[in-house]
Amino acid sequence: MIEVRGLSKRYGPTVAVHELSFDVRPGVVTGFLGPNGSGKSTTMRMVLGLDAPDAGQARIGGRRYRELRWPLREVGALLEARAFHPGRSGRAHLAALAASNGIARSRVEEVLGLVGLADVAGRRAGRFSLGMGQRLGIAAALLGDPGVLLLDEPVNGLDPEGIRWVRGLLRTLAAEGRTVFVSSHLIGEIARTAEQVVVIGRGRLLADTSVAELSARAPSLEEAFFALTDGSAEYRGALDPEGRTS
Amino acid sequence: MTTTAATRGRYRFSQVARMEWTKLRSLRSTWWVLAVTVAGAIGIAVAVGLNTRDGAADLTNNALAGISLGLLLIGVLGVLVMTGEYSSGMIRATLAAIPNRPLVLAAKAAVFGLLALAAGEAAGFIAFFAGGAALPDGIPAPALGQPGVLRAVVLGGAGFCLVGLIGLGLGAIIRHTPAAIAVLVGGVYVVAQFVAVVTHALMPYLPIAIVANSLTVVRPMTDDQVQFLSPWAGLGVLGLYAAVTLGVGAWLLVRRDA
Repeated sequence: MIEVRGLSKRYGPTVAVHELSFDVRPGVVTGFLGPNGSGKSTTMRMVLGLDAPDAGQARIGGRRYRELRWPLREVGALLEARAFHPGRSGRAHLAALAASNGIARSRVEEVLGLVGLADVAGRRAGRFSLGMGQRLGIAAALLGDPGVLLLDEPVNGLDPEGIRWVRGLLRTLAAEGRTVFVSSHLIGEIARTAEQVVVIGRGRLLADTSVAELSARAPSLEEAFFALTDGSAEYRGALDPEGRTS
Repeated sequence: MTTTAATRGRYRFSQVARMEWTKLRSLRSTWWVLAVTVAGAIGIAVAVGLNTRDGAADLTNNALAGISLGLLLIGVLGVLVMTGEYSSGMIRATLAAIPNRPLVLAAKAAVFGLLALAAGEAAGFIAFFAGGAALPDGIPAPALGQPGVLRAVVLGGAGFCLVGLIGLGLGAIIRHTPAAIAVLVGGVYVVAQFVAVVTHALMPYLPIAIVANSLTVVRPMTDDQVQFLSPWAGLGVLGLYAAVTLGVGAWLLVRRDA
């Protein structure tokens, strides 16, 4: 269970997140949707205690992140594809993280097998492709067998087979009773994977509902999303979807 | 899910230190830098020994001359231990694993400091014996049992470790590799050249002067213009520099977003 309450964050004059409140419940995949620059990553960093909020707080299982006793055994996070040192092997990267939280060394080989990196884990991670880096990040998130998972754009850089694998993995993890919170700018991906959805735009909450309910508002989830985020997209092209200049 | 196991105990210094040791030893650059430093110190000791003409000079200090040159390398390695985490994004994985940030820096300092100390002592002792062995016939090599000799060799290694920790602290403060290295090189070497020209009063307090002219001497080094610190005072001042840079680094690490 993740509880976000009145979370706010500014970077200088820019409001990144504004009075954001929502819950992420266990047992289902919850999608986190929003246009680029809407504050998804900032929100996730604040939940993980990496960025300090200006106001509000986030709790995981009733506690703040910094109060967790064994953080990696309670929360697994994928924040960006390359949160590892390029000169270190994938195996050493995971071994270091495992050591920090008293996780058995055998678990490193287990997650390497799970994400399909067992054969290349001895190579320097700097030589990994984008997709392999993403798999290493997912392995790190799964390392402590955590009950809560936060994944920022997990399918970035993955091939179609990898995308399908992540989809199945997320559903399995949720079915096991875990809290799975996954951001994406790919609406179709969320439509296929998530049951619940939190939509933000310009750092503000736009919807906190089920995917079914949101999809029913328009002919498709995508159109419902655009109707919600209309006017809150930070960056957009000069042409609207029908090809007219806006 | 390890919900039950996760409620027992919590992470402590030993786990964090184990993480930092795994990180440090799994980078090739760590071992390259240490190998080059030790080899350089030995090479210089031999070269200085072979060219010694004056048996009355402080031969121990001469044999440890290479330690001073290795300071730059160990300082840069200290910088990289910290800035490498920022340039790669690893810092977020580290701080998500261990949210207690001062504990992370303390573990880094302990693990890296011990490795630097071991390398520094190895460099010091091997250079001392190699330099002594390379002396020309007729000039007796200094022995560890003579007054002040063991102290000079041991403190040389300690100075090496402390300059490494200053690098680590600068890395935590500045976070960007090139800027932190520039400050380190500036502080340790360039300012020394500048101060040597402009004023002699500050000279004894410069890191390079402390290592070369306070820590590694058998006899107190003085000349007409400069009164260098005693070995123990030098160790104290250098330790203070390391403590201050690490303290400021820890303070900033807590306050800044990762």
